[in-house]
Amino acid sequence: MCKKRQPGTLSEVRRIVARLFALLPILLGLSFISFTLIAIIPGDPVIALLGLEAGPEAIAVLRAKYALDEPFLVRFGAWLWAVVQGDLGRSIQTGRPVRAMVIAALGPTMLLASAAMIVSLLIAIPAGVIAATRRNTPADFAASIGALCGMSLPTFWLGILLILGFSIWMPLLPSSGYAPVTGDPALALAHLVLPALTLGVGLAAATMRMTRSAMLEVLRADYIRTARAKGLTRRAVVWKHALRNALIPVVTLVGIQFGQLLGGVVVTETVFSWPGIGKLTVDAIFARDFPVVQGAILVTATLFVVINLVTDLLYAALDPRLRGAA
Amino acid sequence: MKGWDARALTGMGLVGIVLLAAAFGPLVLPFGADTPDFTATLSAPSLRHPLGTDDLGRDVLARIVAGAQVSLLVGVGSVAFALLFGSGLGLVAGYLGGWTDRIVMRCVDVLLAFPGILLALGITAALGASLVNVVVAIAAVNLPVFARVARAEAMVLRRREFVTAVRAQGFPEHRILIGTVLPNASPPILVQASLLLASSIITESVLSFLGLGVQPPTPTWGNMLRNAVGFLGIADWLAWFPGLAIFITVLGFNLLGDGLRDRLDPNN
Repeated sequence: MCKKRQPGTLSEVRRIVARLFALLPILLGLSFISFTLIAIIPGDPVIALLGLEAGPEAIAVLRAKYALDEPFLVRFGAWLWAVVQGDLGRSIQTGRPVRAMVIAALGPTMLLASAAMIVSLLIAIPAGVIAATRRNTPADFAASIGALCGMSLPTFWLGILLILGFSIWMPLLPSSGYAPVTGDPALALAHLVLPALTLGVGLAAATMRMTRSAMLEVLRADYIRTARAKGLTRRAVVWKHALRNALIPVVTLVGIQFGQLLGGVVVTETVFSWPGIGKLTVDAIFARDFPVVQGAILVTATLFVVINLVTDLLYAALDPRLRGAA
Repeated sequence: MKGWDARALTGMGLVGIVLLAAAFGPLVLPFGADTPDFTATLSAPSLRHPLGTDDLGRDVLARIVAGAQVSLLVGVGSVAFALLFGSGLGLVAGYLGGWTDRIVMRCVDVLLAFPGILLALGITAALGASLVNVVVAIAAVNLPVFARVARAEAMVLRRREFVTAVRAQGFPEHRILIGTVLPNASPPILVQASLLLASSIITESVLSFLGLGVQPPTPTWGNMLRNAVGFLGIADWLAWFPGLAIFITVLGFNLLGDGLRDRLDPNN
């Protein structure tokens, strides 16, 4: 790998700052959409809050409290100001602060997403390397078919089938729920296996394809021929020299996928009753708990944007060729 | 079918089967999708009901065929809608450049800042769950993707010599855009359309599965699976077949998209 670094630290800092500033209009835009989506839901949120039998005085008090008689943009401004200060409002259903609910849900979601990523990489990287080194053999063909099937498999269906197989036919693993890692580790792992497999298998397809094509490209490079000519074994060349460089584009993909997982968890968490941010969102939509929906969508989308930015910056750091280009 | 590889042909075959089933299935099948048979509730696959029946005794095969109509309608509708508006915006932005480009792409970036399923979920939650709203929600997810692809093409094409040549002949910009840029930009847009059909069908099934898509009693593959979860231990055929239908359809569109890409897109 190229170890020489260009003396461009200042311009790098400037680039990162510029990217952070470019994030502001996007964050503003997604706050606006998150707010608007909930604001256009038909029905009076105050009635939803107080119930149909509420007296006119109570209604007026609450309308004033939430500034519901103000124009739309004024309300958006007030909401945004509160959000910037870290106040996402309170749940209509439980009265708890939305911020606390979202933070509590993020832990299980991150655990699930990380576990799914590990499952995906454990499948995808060996499969991708084998497919690339044995190009156009039955192994390569099988890996390609497997990847296409993995991409076409609806995750929630895979989840249902895994429950059928491992919780009903062979009752080995729990079909739903969550156990914190701080408690019994075996129990936590048992709850994690099926949801992580469900999410990970679908992800593995794209990662395997990317690993395969990156490996094929790297294996053609001159330094690989040099390494072979030096007398290194084929195994050392493939797994040490080639894979290391082939992983650069894979890292980007993994970053993007980690962001996408924040969407992917919605359905998997619902299938397995996993108490993460996806399930929080879906449950809140059904309970018409609008502050929670708003807060959960806003936080998820913000995380998604931030993860994508970090991925971009990491990619540039890993691949010095890209530094000047961006 | 010279020039099409085995993948593309398999994809066409799978998509063809689903299209035929959706179009002619209801005419051929002995049972309607909503006809209950109370003498045969939750009966396993048999000659009378090849894919079994559900808890109300409705024929699973008939419901899958009816679900195919919903899936294809939502898939094609949302992709067509997004293709029209998204590619249009992208082409204009990429071709004109400057402020138009900056404003359009900022909006596109904001839409892309949401994980797709979350945006679709938010929109159906706001508008209410109905066929039209599901189409709108999924179209909103697809729109920025088309805009990006079309913009990238237009930006390259506007500098190409043959476009300059057309411009030199004095044609107005909108004629150049429609007559010259659009046809040359369409191969990657079509490839994207096929791949997005696959993902849109999955998104539709996810929304239905969560209970936020097209509502029962209209059968969709997603709401059939939602119903199946309650009977997993006693009637697993309810879980197998709707999922298989989604899988086959999505696989078909993915294969078709891959094959189209190899054939149409010179960049690959």
